[in-house]
Amino acid sequence: MSSAPRLVEITDLKRYFDVSSPWLNRVIEGRPRQIVKAVDGVSFGIAKGETFSLVGESGCGKSTVARLVVGLYPPSGGRIAFEGKEIGEDRTARAQVQSRMQMIFQDPYASLNPRWRVEDIIAEPIHTRKLIEGKKAIRDRVGELLSQVRLAPADMDKYPHEFSGGQRQRISIARALAGQPEFLVCDEPTSALDVSVQAQILNLMVELQQKFGLTYLFISHNLAVVFHLSTRVGVMYLGKLVEWADTAHLFERPRHPYTRMLLDTIPDLDLTGRQRQPVGGEVPSPINPPSGCSFHPRCPFATERCRAEPPNLRDVSGSSVACHAVEEGRI
Amino acid sequence: MADPLLKVEDLKVEFPTRRGTLVAVDGVSLHIDPGEVLGVVGESGAGKSMTGNAIIGLLEPPGRVAGGRILFEGRRIDDLPYEEMRKIRGRHIGAIFQDPLTSLNPLYTVGRQLIETIRTHDEAVGETDARTRALGLLREVGIPAAEARIDHYPHQFSGGMRQRVVIALALCANPRLIIADEPTTALDVSIQAQIIALIKRLCREHGTAVMLVTHDMGVIAETADRVAVMYSGRIAEIGPVREVIKHPRHPYTVGLMGSIPKVGQRREKLTQIEGTMPRLNAIPRGCAFNPRCPKVFARCREERPDPRPTPGGAVACWLNAAAGRPA
Repeated sequence: MSSAPRLVEITDLKRYFDVSSPWLNRVIEGRPRQIVKAVDGVSFGIAKGETFSLVGESGCGKSTVARLVVGLYPPSGGRIAFEGKEIGEDRTARAQVQSRMQMIFQDPYASLNPRWRVEDIIAEPIHTRKLIEGKKAIRDRVGELLSQVRLAPADMDKYPHEFSGGQRQRISIARALAGQPEFLVCDEPTSALDVSVQAQILNLMVELQQKFGLTYLFISHNLAVVFHLSTRVGVMYLGKLVEWADTAHLFERPRHPYTRMLLDTIPDLDLTGRQRQPVGGEVPSPINPPSGCSFHPRCPFATERCRAEPPNLRDVSGSSVACHAVEEGRI
Repeated sequence: MADPLLKVEDLKVEFPTRRGTLVAVDGVSLHIDPGEVLGVVGESGAGKSMTGNAIIGLLEPPGRVAGGRILFEGRRIDDLPYEEMRKIRGRHIGAIFQDPLTSLNPLYTVGRQLIETIRTHDEAVGETDARTRALGLLREVGIPAAEARIDHYPHQFSGGMRQRVVIALALCANPRLIIADEPTTALDVSIQAQIIALIKRLCREHGTAVMLVTHDMGVIAETADRVAVMYSGRIAEIGPVREVIKHPRHPYTVGLMGSIPKVGQRREKLTQIEGTMPRLNAIPRGCAFNPRCPKVFARCREERPDPRPTPGGAVACWLNAAAGRPA
């Protein structure tokens, strides 16, 4: 799609979680081992300076991908490459690459240590990476970061509980920026916020991206936010990417039946009187995903082949889609 | 026009604390007609849930109704003793809350809970009849294989299915009004659309009126007939949904609508309302929105605007006052 050099390249990324009963129960009650394939063979690339978004419903694995990319979980399989170099097992090399990434979390109440002053919170990446030496210099830098996220430098002497949700998220962003990252992974950064505060944070993120040339991996379930912010969008369902394309293209010409269903759930604020067709069913349990294409039990276009054979991503006029029906030209 | 089903007049909800009394709802007046869906929208702390809780008499102490009146079918209900109110709640006014897991008892099967609720409200119904009705309700709210599911426990249901059970519970006594407080907030988008469609269908079929409390303008746009926009414990603007969404009059509603990202309209920047809603202990003088308002003028800082009528609704803003400032 885009020929720009890829900053991050993810190939066949996998993460399995063992959710079996304890050993004794397995032996006595004969329960089997159970594995959740939270992320099951996801590949995509992110170009420098762009915003790549992953959307999907709870349990689709989008947050797991985010955590894998920054190294909070080790992958069960697959590769993550940063600037063409694979992030491998070697700890020093990995630390070096990871120092160029930062993460912003969903819950601004849980992600800031309540016993630390804002100054210490924001200065932590500066200390660990030894970016600046000297107490005065660090304080100045923290003040500068606070102004960049539109808080007052004097706020650095306060504790997190003195701030509202939106202000806390600004502190999280300042902390992320303190490490001078090139790549930011944002896991639902605005879903805990009110809409007017969400608008402030989204505007701030766009502004910072332009100012510092940041690259974002943005995780969200909110399609309108994703449309507003992203260059490209990937749609996930039960641990797999089912479709990805440029933002405008995906929203104008959704191909995969799941993407169509998701787009259909967007509330109609223009009051065009459009009748929505809510798709029945729910996301099945990832412990026992359906055979073949995991969307087939909810899909109006499912055939025998969909029930038997899992589809692979294929390029279809500007999109990459994993769907037999699209491939066969049925939809 | 027929008498409204619910009428709230100048409602005031207070929380006495050690550091003075906090006013969470301050002079809210609204009405709901039979069969109508009234949306109440606002950001955290706007007082929308407090208004709903005051109506069903479930304010958490020390919160209390400090002023105004609530009339249900012409009868005053805000000063009823606890036991009297308990009889109205459930039978005449149902409730659906945000978190379906906490609204259900984890130790009883959903069937047990439905049957108990049906028999509490209508003592003439026998066990077998109640079970038949419970089954009918589960089918009506779209639970597949209801015959088997009726004997399951809440933990065996998914979030969306649990919310359906909660809706079935609210419908047990066929109430005339349901207060739904963020009924879709905890759910995934596809399930959210299903639940909205369900609530709409049930209202139409049963003629139930709904007060839909939510922070999500999208849900309101899809569901409600009229909408009240709350800010800092007061109604900033109330009117028909189309009117409020397409032609918002209050600067807060204008800002709120502009701050919602919309698919299909790519904008460089979202409209931003600077600052945050004031805390309850620091509500500014005059109009509570004045420090954030882009159109503020002298009078806003001094005097509090009362709601003034607009076509089909009302707006509490000096810009809308007949004797307002020159345009």
